[in-house]
Amino acid sequence: MIHRKAWLATAVTVALAFGLAAGPALAQNEQFVPRLVYRTGPYAPNGIPFANGYGDYLDMINARDGGVGGVKIVYEECETGYDNDKGVECYERLKHKGPTGAGWVDPLSTGITYALIERATADHIPVVSMGYGRADASYGAVFPYVFTLPATYWAQADAFIKYVAQQEGGFAKLKGKKIALVYHDSAYGKEPIATLEKLSQKYGYTFLKYPVSPPGIDQTATWLEIRQQRPNWVFMWGWGVMNSTAIKDAASVGYPMDHFIGVWWSGSEPDVVPAGAAAKGYKSGTFHGAGQNYPVIHDILKYVYDKGKGHGTRDKVGEVLYNRGVVNAIYDTEALRTAQAKYGAKPLKGEQIQWGFEHLNITTARIAALGAEGLVVPIHLSCANHEGQGNVRIQQWDGKHWHFVSDWIQPDRDMLDAMYKESALAYAKEKGITPRNCAQVSQAQ
Amino acid sequence: MLYREAGQFKSSYGADEAIFPIRQDRWLFAAALIVAYVVVPLIASEYWLLSILIPFLVFSLAAIGLNILTGYAGQVSLGTGGFMAVGAFATYKLATSFPDLNIVVVFILAGLITAMVGVLFGWPSLRIKGFYLAVATLAAQFFLIWMFNKFPWFNNYTPSGVISAPPRAVFGHVFVTGAEANSVDKYLFVLSAVTLLALAAKNLVRGRVGREWMAIRDMDIAAEIIGIRPLKTKLLAFAISSFYCGIAGAMWAFIYTGGVEALAFDIDRSFQILFMIIIGGLGSILGSFLGAAFIVLLPLLLERTPMALGFDVPVNYLSNMQSMIFGALIIFFLIVEPRGLARLWQIGKEKLRMWPFPY
Repeated sequence: MIHRKAWLATAVTVALAFGLAAGPALAQNEQFVPRLVYRTGPYAPNGIPFANGYGDYLDMINARDGGVGGVKIVYEECETGYDNDKGVECYERLKHKGPTGAGWVDPLSTGITYALIERATADHIPVVSMGYGRADASYGAVFPYVFTLPATYWAQADAFIKYVAQQEGGFAKLKGKKIALVYHDSAYGKEPIATLEKLSQKYGYTFLKYPVSPPGIDQTATWLEIRQQRPNWVFMWGWGVMNSTAIKDAASVGYPMDHFIGVWWSGSEPDVVPAGAAAKGYKSGTFHGAGQNYPVIHDILKYVYDKGKGHGTRDKVGEVLYNRGVVNAIYDTEALRTAQAKYGAKPLKGEQIQWGFEHLNITTARIAALGAEGLVVPIHLSCANHEGQGNVRIQQWDGKHWHFVSDWIQPDRDMLDAMYKESALAYAKEKGITPRNCAQVSQAQ
Repeated sequence: MLYREAGQFKSSYGADEAIFPIRQDRWLFAAALIVAYVVVPLIASEYWLLSILIPFLVFSLAAIGLNILTGYAGQVSLGTGGFMAVGAFATYKLATSFPDLNIVVVFILAGLITAMVGVLFGWPSLRIKGFYLAVATLAAQFFLIWMFNKFPWFNNYTPSGVISAPPRAVFGHVFVTGAEANSVDKYLFVLSAVTLLALAAKNLVRGRVGREWMAIRDMDIAAEIIGIRPLKTKLLAFAISSFYCGIAGAMWAFIYTGGVEALAFDIDRSFQILFMIIIGGLGSILGSFLGAAFIVLLPLLLERTPMALGFDVPVNYLSNMQSMIFGALIIFFLIVEPRGLARLWQIGKEKLRMWPFPY
């Protein structure tokens, strides 16, 4: 009896061991993309639309054009749950898949980005942290495989201060004002602090910091303190359930919503809808358009949803985070296209696609050809600049839709580039990395 | 039949006191070591080494640490994550402040620093017991994580609060930290450290110190009456346990992920390790390994099996299903064998001894 049980256990173990070893086979003319997503856990309401948008765009490209340059794009999702360890495991699991390995990786979390920077650099796989991640990685001489397009948290913080100055009537008016930052107490939330501190010395406003422990379901104490301190403006670096909680709590202490600006990860439908009418007037940063009125989104509806193959439901297409997934996929596939122009239309390796990212130049004409006018901002990357000079815009929630309330704001690129360089060189020194000489790199190519 | 010690005579005290008194156990242990040191590095892929075996070994080490404190000395602790964070941040500060110091020395020093912190937070254990002590260690957990988040000195003033491991070699060009380090070198380094520390722990708990801990665990007043000093014994348990947890935290940050923020060692980590020793077996070194294997490997198996069997299940269903099955399995194991997987192994051995003629 006992040994029969033992045999059964052995058989099950062997079957499960095969489970770890085997995987679906891939054909040869395919470009493999690992996709780190989070459709479960406390951040799922924000993770799902992004993952759907990204997947739908790739499906649309495959259905409409037969892939990029005739190379079909295949992908595999791996659930990270916004957990750093899980993200690393997913990356290690997927990096050698496909005929040429992973083409690039979108970590979709600042924490996972930090965990992957060194690994991916050693593996020669580009890390595309679109609008998140390590801001100083924009200095490409030290971080050859990390891309922060179209703008970093530091750039966004600077753009916020510019917007506040516009609203207050000039930078001189910032003196003596109080600006508060409510942030997710993690690597992600801490990113803008250095910039806001630096700018506070320059413009003379008082900078107040309010960390919120993740996931941020209880913020009563924070908002009571804000009621006492009465800052003129409140910025928020939140994610997931923290956003709607903050908006509700802000409303309950009577903070004026139009002086409350969230990071672009705090400005989508799942953040404001749960807060109900309280959220009306709340603002956030963004780097792309929302809604369905773009030819490229129409193509997604036509080639994917009309055939019943969408990742989500039709009415969610065009939400802020859905479109952000589409934008991310556009940037990635355009870099692949750029790399194919040099190396030929075949499955490419990570280091070849890195060249594509480094020479990515999305002009207004190209955006029009993509059918994404107003959806995507033009960017131009180079060896030294991995951010691409993207601009930031402020949008406002009117209770039903997000719409723009500012023009495109150009962050202070000179100041930011100097900050990126200084911080990146300190990192290089600690790690013993010799920065690339970008003048030579561009000559050699 | 195979597992029978008839005919194995012990002719010295040394033989009687051996860790594995039965010959078959010694062979099994030797075989396990050969597999771990020779076979695994030869056949395992980078994914297996870096993403499965190294975290399993690091968790095993942390579980041994907690098992010393909770399983042997009977002091319930929820501060494991905090102590791991101390180890990680101490290693980072030491490695960046003294770049010439060998990484092995750095790890040991970080372990000693963690031991001191552990003693500090273990001090109240003389007066508080049981659940109340658990709450006191919970305070340590929250305080330590808050401290590492609050004071940028601990992360050398990096804007994001993430510490990342500088490349360091054990000797010559054998790098074990940093992204360029070879996965086999990393694995062998962690394996050697875990083997040595596990053997040390096994011997500790079999000796005078371990017996004192168990006496305190089983009835502290009786222990005091027979001449065991509670404060010294409990603090020693806290110190040694924290030493193990600190080294585990350092290895987690430096060798496994390569870069962490304090959040990686939050309360969830403490619970995870507590579950490991409860499932694996309180008061058992083997149980620490079994528990770590259960918690680290089983979710991966559950996630990968449907795909390997050819079912195309969306990741979100897979992830939720995994949580449900995993939870159910924990309950199942606790009902079937509340004393953990180590006890199951022991029962298995006893049955094997009778085989094939059970009575």
